[in-house]
Parts: sequence; structure tokens; C-alpha cells
Amino acid sequence: MQSLTGRSRIVVNKKMNFMEKLYLPAVMGGLMITIRHLFRRKVTVSYPEQTRPFSPVYRGMHVLKRDENGAERCTACGLCAVACPAEAITMEAAERKKGEERLYREEKYAKVYEINMLRCIFCGLCEEACPKESIFLTNRITPADYKRENFVYGKDRLVEPFDPSKRVDVSERQTTQVKEFKKHKEYTHNRLF
Amino acid sequence: MIHYLFYFLSFLAIFSALMVVLVKNPVHSVLYLIVTLFSIAGHYVLLNAQFLAAVHVIVYAGAIMVLFLFVLMLLNLNVETESHKSSWLKFMAVLSGGLFLLVLTASVKGSEKIHGVISGGSETGMIKTLGNTLFGEFMLPFEISSLLFLIAMVGAVMLGKKETQ
Amino acid sequence: MELSYLIYKAILVASVLGVSLLVAMYSTYAERKVAAFLQDRIGPNRAGIFGILQPLADGIKMFMKEEIIPDVSNKVLFILGPSLAMITACMTSAVIPWATDIAVNGKNYALQVTDVNIGILYVFGVVSIGVYGVMIGGWASNNKYSLLGAIRASSQMISYEIAMGLAVISVVMMTGTLSLREIVTQQHGFHWNVFYQPLAFVVFIVCAFAECNRTPFDLPECETELVGGYHTEYSSMKLGFYLFAEYVNMFISSAIISSVFFGGYNFPYMHELNLSQNMLAAVGCLVFFAKISFFIFFFMWIRWTLPRFRYDQLMNLGWKILLPLALINIFITGIIMAINNNFAF
Repeated sequence: MQSLTGRSRIVVNKKMNFMEKLYLPAVMGGLMITIRHLFRRKVTVSYPEQTRPFSPVYRGMHVLKRDENGAERCTACGLCAVACPAEAITMEAAERKKGEERLYREEKYAKVYEINMLRCIFCGLCEEACPKESIFLTNRITPADYKRENFVYGKDRLVEPFDPSKRVDVSERQTTQVKEFKKHKEYTHNRLF
Repeated sequence: MIHYLFYFLSFLAIFSALMVVLVKNPVHSVLYLIVTLFSIAGHYVLLNAQFLAAVHVIVYAGAIMVLFLFVLMLLNLNVETESHKSSWLKFMAVLSGGLFLLVLTASVKGSEKIHGVISGGSETGMIKTLGNTLFGEFMLPFEISSLLFLIAMVGAVMLGKKETQ
Repeated sequence: MELSYLIYKAILVASVLGVSLLVAMYSTYAERKVAAFLQDRIGPNRAGIFGILQPLADGIKMFMKEEIIPDVSNKVLFILGPSLAMITACMTSAVIPWATDIAVNGKNYALQVTDVNIGILYVFGVVSIGVYGVMIGGWASNNKYSLLGAIRASSQMISYEIAMGLAVISVVMMTGTLSLREIVTQQHGFHWNVFYQPLAFVVFIVCAFAECNRTPFDLPECETELVGGYHTEYSSMKLGFYLFAEYVNMFISSAIISSVFFGGYNFPYMHELNLSQNMLAAVGCLVFFAKISFFIFFFMWIRWTLPRFRYDQLMNLGWKILLPLALINIFITGIIMAINNNFAF
């Protein structure tokens, strides 16, 4: 078969001639290659002081968004759990009581929402499946831990803080079409209650 | 001071030589033999024969004993696997050992008459004198012994070679 | 034996030992740094500025580690192994001349622990017993990997010692002496042996790599096949001793290579500079250490360039290539010397 890249070479088991049998020229060649690396730019990133640039759409730890009023957007529809190829998401739904409108945006909400970060493959399909703009992946890294139980993230660690200044900004991750859609306040999706 | 060193080395040599025979574990036995060889090398140094001492250590302790140890480690002999000797064999061993002792004692007793064999100056063991003697006075025996070694080497290679049809 | 002589010897022994241990300590650091640089990394840089305290941190770690002696192992021999490796590694430095004589209060003091007239043979003797540390340790561990490592070490050492000895013989034939001090003195200025005996030098340096168990000949501790080789069962400072002995050995063989083939403390135009005696000794010592550092770097450089040999390749190289080469070299040297002696050109 013809090589497309031209980089492959056909192996020939030919006898070595005297110069090749000496090995010393080959050893010298190898030494020259390694010594050249001595003066090359180092690729190490001294991590805590320097960090590598993150992509704006880096798929890290999840966040459960609140709306502008601070009500949780999740309605526990379960589409994310269905979409998840790693079966990492589980949830338990509950009905919103009277007087809880400030806490939960929809009439049904997730009482328990858990993501097992050891199972999660950070593919972002949950984000795509969500009809309520509730779950997003962020550029935060899921920290390491000593215990397996600690990798099951509940709502305490997934829902973003109530304080508007500490909210997680996900606008970078949304396409122009989504942003355009969000301008139309006549749709119920975009209305504030 | 040199006397004390001599006594210490002699004690070490004889003690470890005895231990070579007395210890059960063959690997320990070889290690004691190495100690013996070292103390003998020490004696050579005391006699101002540094070349002999160095060659002794390199050849015996450094090469031959390593090969001994090599084989013993591979065989992994221990007390359990040691074959039981019959009492007839033991008797013969004691008898031949006794005979050997007799011969040794006789030869040592005979050599008492030639006392005072003091080395001819402190230069005897040095490389220059040694080389001059070996390649001058004893040229022929020296070359013959080297030929002997060559023959042994060729024989070893012949034995070690794979048989080809 | 007067007191000043004893003090001078004591100081010399202590400083040689101290320097070789210090150099070995920083060789571990240099090894990691060189490895990192050759692989486009930075290497240890957290302990102190540029990671200069890294060897100290490693040493503390070694001491703090749990000491494990396998239950079935022979305890005495298990402890004897690393001690022997360390002792023999440190013993070799006794015959190396570090610089020309220095004068203190009008008296000449040689910067060499002892000038035995069989210097090179002494080195070979100590090196040849150095293998016992590895063998005893490997056997006493009662572990098949350790035993295999020990056996590999012993056969490798014996095989390469012969070629090494024969390579040196051609140098000895030229210089006519076994004393390292005289060999170095004869190479004054730029008359380095490497220019007269390049083949002997190549054979010698390859054998030196094998004797130090350095890559590409590190089969006794070959990780991919034998876990850790002879020191699989070792932990804590006993393991430290084995690793440290390797670096001391590397330092000493660099010193031997530079003094036998690269003129030791000699440097070109050393007598034209009109330096005072002590200055000359100081500069010579610095030059010697520069040469040693280069060879230590060369050891590491090779390590990160060449892959490990296979066992049969190792034996073939030793017996079928290096040994005949060394013999041919002796033969050629002999012929040339005979021609030079009989027909003065």
C-alpha cells in the first residue's frame, strides 16, 4: 500500500557495514541529538505559579445555575441523566410548595441532585440536553480527594451561590443564537417570575 | 606495631580458614574463604610485596571467589538438601585428613633447619625485581606456564562450544 | 612518624572522603537536573534556590523511611551488603593524585593519600571486590529478582574487568609504571595519554560504564526485567547506601579516567604561566575537577542517550569485541615501542 504521508519506511534487514558495526558514529549521533535538547526551551509549566491557558469552553466541574432572581433553574426533568453516557447523574424530584417561588423557578424542582465525578467523563452532553439552561460545565477543575464518597457531588457543591456577585458566568459558553434567543422576553423561557 | 598487625592477620587467616570448614552454609564458607585470602594478601603487604598482594586480591578474591559464589548462589545449597555421608566415607575422610596432617607436620619439622630465610632486602616483592626475575632468570618456566594456561583456555572453549553437525 | 605528618594525612583522608561524598551527593542532584534538561524539563527546583538543597531533602527522606529487613533473609549479610558497597566505593580514592605538591612552611606535601607503586592495580583490586557488596546483598535478600541481579552483576563485573585491565596495560607499557602519580606526572602539559592510546581509552571508558553499573550496562538493577535488581528488598538508608555507592563509583571512575588518559591535574602551558607552587596546585586541582565534572556529565549524558543492552549483547561486547580490541592494542603498542627503542627516528 502506498504511504500517503511519506513518513513510513520499509524495514530492510540488511547486513551492517564496518562503519555501522563500529556503533561509535551512531553513538556520537545520538549524543549530539540529546545535547541539542539541553539548550532547547523547556516545556515545563511550574503549576501553582503558572497555569496553562484554559479554553473558554473548557469542560470542567458542573454548575447548576440560578436565574436572575436567584431561583434554581433545574426542574428535575431528568433529560441530563438520560443523556449522560456514563450514568453519572441521579436526581430526586419534589413539588414546589407555596412561598418557595423565590427558591425554585419551576413548579417541580430537584430535591436531590447528584453527579458522581468519578463516573463523569466531562463530555458535556448534559449541558446540551438541558432545556432549562440549568446545568453547565465550567472551567473549574474537580479537585482530588482521598475518599470515593467525596466525589459524589450533591446540590451543596453544584448549585451556584445565591449572592449575585459570586455567580458563575457561563455566557462565554453560549452561542450567538442562544444569546439572540434570550433577548426575546415574550417567550416564557426568558421571562422572570 | 607491625608485630601486632602480623598476629592479628595470622589469627584472622587461621580463624576464617577453620570457619571455611566448620560452617554449615556453603555461601558463608566461601565468604570466610574470601576473608582468609584477604588476610593472606595483608601478609604480602607486610612483606612489602604489594604487587603480589594486589594480584592475589584481584585474581583470587576478585575473580575466582566471585565465580565460586556465583555457582553456589545458583545452586542454592542448604542444610536440608545436603546429602548424608555414610560412616565409611567419614572414616576415610578422617584417615586421609590425618595423613595429610602428618605430611604437613613432617615437612614443617624438616624445614626448621633452614631457618633465617630473610628476604633479600625490602625490594624483593616490588614489581621491578619481580619482573626482572620472571622475564630473566625464570623466563622459560614462566613462558611454559603461560602456554599451559593457554592450553587450558583452548580446552575450556572447546568444551563450551556447541556441537554442530 | 612525627605528629605533623599524621595530622597532614588525617586532614587529607578526611577531605578526600568529604569531597568524594559531597560530589556524589551533588551528582544525584546533577543526574536529575541533566536528565530533566536533556528531556526538555526543568528538574527539581523546589528545595532551595534552583533546588540546590534537593540532595539534603533526599537524604532526610532516606533516613526517615521505614527500615525493612525481610524475615527470611540472613540479617548479618543483608546489612553487610550495602556497607561493603559503600566502603569499597570510598576506598578507591586513596591513590588518586589530586594536584601537584603544595608547600606549607617550606615543606612539600603531596596531595595524594598514599602513593603506592602499584596504584592502578590497587584500583582494580578494590573495584574487583566491590562486586561482593552487590552479590551478598542480592543473595541475602532471598528474592529471585535480587539473586538474578546479583548474578548479572558478578558476571558483568568479571567480564569487563579483564578488558579494562588489558586496556590499561597498553598505557602501563608506554609509561613504564603502575603508580598513578607517575602516570599523571608523565602527562605534563598536553602530553595526554588519550592522544597516544585512543583505542585503549575507548575500551576503558566502555568498561568503566559497565563496572559502575551505569546505563547502557545497568542490567543488575534493570527495572523492566528485575523490579529493582539486587536492591529490590532494600529500603531506607541501606538502599541509600547502594544508590550512593553508585555515585561515588562514578566520581572515582571519572577521576581515574581523567588521571590515566586526560592528564589529571595537568593542563596545557602549565609551566609557561610562571605560577607559584601553591597557585599551580590550586589551578591544577580546579582543572582536575573540571575534567572529572565533564566525565560525570558524560556518564549522565550517555545514560539519557543509549538504551539498555540485552544480556547476550553485553556479553558479546565484552568478550568478543572489547577483549580482542584491547589485545590488538597491546600488540600494536608493543610493536611501536619496539620500533622506537631499536631505531631512534
